[in-house]
Amino acid sequence: MSKFDFPPSIQSRPVWGTLEPRTGPAHLFIADAQGAEAIIDVATPDLMVKAHIIFISRGTDYAEKLQALSPAQFYEGPSYDAALLRIKRVLSDAKMGLQLYLSGTESLMGQALNEAIQAGVPFGSIQTEHRGSTARRMQCVHCKGFTEDVETDPFVCSHCGLNLFVRDHYSRRLAAYQAVCVDAEDPGNVPESKGIYE
Amino acid sequence: MSAPQKAKAGAEEISVIVSAIVPVTEQVCRFEFTRPDGADFPPFSGGAHTVVTMKDADRTRLNPYSLMSDPADLSTYAISVRREDNGRGGSVFMHTQVAEGDAMTITYPVNLFSLDLRAKKHLFFAGGIGITPFLAMIGQLEQSNGNWELHYSVRSKALGSYVDMLTAKYPNKVHIYYDEKKQAIPLAALLDGQPLGTHAYVCGPSGMIGWVHDTAAGMGWPDAHVHSEEFTAPAPGAPFEVHLCKSDKTITVGEHESLLEAIERVGVKAPFMCRGGSCGQCETAVVSATGEFVHRDHWLDEADQSSGQKIMPCVSRFIGSNLELDL
Repeated sequence: MSKFDFPPSIQSRPVWGTLEPRTGPAHLFIADAQGAEAIIDVATPDLMVKAHIIFISRGTDYAEKLQALSPAQFYEGPSYDAALLRIKRVLSDAKMGLQLYLSGTESLMGQALNEAIQAGVPFGSIQTEHRGSTARRMQCVHCKGFTEDVETDPFVCSHCGLNLFVRDHYSRRLAAYQAVCVDAEDPGNVPESKGIYE
Repeated sequence: MSAPQKAKAGAEEISVIVSAIVPVTEQVCRFEFTRPDGADFPPFSGGAHTVVTMKDADRTRLNPYSLMSDPADLSTYAISVRREDNGRGGSVFMHTQVAEGDAMTITYPVNLFSLDLRAKKHLFFAGGIGITPFLAMIGQLEQSNGNWELHYSVRSKALGSYVDMLTAKYPNKVHIYYDEKKQAIPLAALLDGQPLGTHAYVCGPSGMIGWVHDTAAGMGWPDAHVHSEEFTAPAPGAPFEVHLCKSDKTITVGEHESLLEAIERVGVKAPFMCRGGSCGQCETAVVSATGEFVHRDHWLDEADQSSGQKIMPCVSRFIGSNLELDL
């Protein structure tokens, strides 16, 4: 089951939707891992004739299923960073009327949202659907480094090594949640790590 | 939803002197204002409007007009008024009763039709006198080397306000379409292929505004990138009686008078900004009502309109035996 019901949280936490087909001259899908399932659910032949799918497989085997939808263009990349140059290029060439569909992890959707907004797509018109891992992209508020795929709370910053507490506070600009030192006043006194949504 | 800028009744006023009246076409006159003390006007942004107070014998008329002067030049405010001989009388008053040197009052400018400065490109569609807000917007964008183009539809060369000025000054950005030559704005072709981040703006007759919104939506343009402004006079209707609870006054709203105008006529200060049903400033609570509301505003949502608890007195009316407002 790739869908997950996020528990209620503070207002800054992003809210993800469900992809729906829209009318437009071009359709750009950006997805990672199980995000492919959301594309498969929404795909119609009409949509795919004008679709460009940018898929970050992250070790999954959805690529063939996506190609079987016969999109106008299909790209498969190993990581968001690897796909980023292509995403930037596609957005810079895009015309008004482009419909944007993002699906998969929060890290993928958050970062792609950011690129799209900078390219001139209004936030409210971008469709999203969360699928797959609930791991978070976290920014250490101390060293500013990003740690991807954080599944436990607390966790260790992959840059500065501090023990970090996972917050719900989210930055749309950084496409990341904030992480704060959990043992600043009593070094070494770190609560036992558990899943973020446990 | 944009928040109203102030919560007090009425709108802040500025005393002005009519410094110039310039005929533009057979139907349109430009009115230029300066301040009696020679001071600069408050800054405004392209698309802002002001409400002009007209003392017409025993009647006070308040009409909103777009500021069309250059936002970089605050020594003068200018509006252009199209004479509507079959209108409610405000524009005819401006054309026939106002002279250079007259003292008038106007309100502080309010902008309900501003540029989205995040836009990569601004695409303007004007119909007739709807050109006025774009003149100020163009002035503003020229200051910052903004990327814009104007598509302006007029009836004929003689009736096209500022056509000569625009085509002389910006020959590569201005496109004029003449009804008399059976020319129409090629809207679908213009919307097709615009770069991502383009914003479209339309000001003109309501049919044109609806045409631009619908065509853009059909081509996949997000709503947030299509902006419009329409100045409409409150439509007439059968006279009705209303009781103002706070000021304890009962008034009759005439056939060609808006509820807001009737309230102002008896000296009750009511809040307003746009006088066209779109800004939300005049929203008034209904104390009790027996009858049917004729909502004509773009502000209240459907639930609010059907609740019978709220009314926008600038454009909406009432048919029934009893209406009491919290004013």
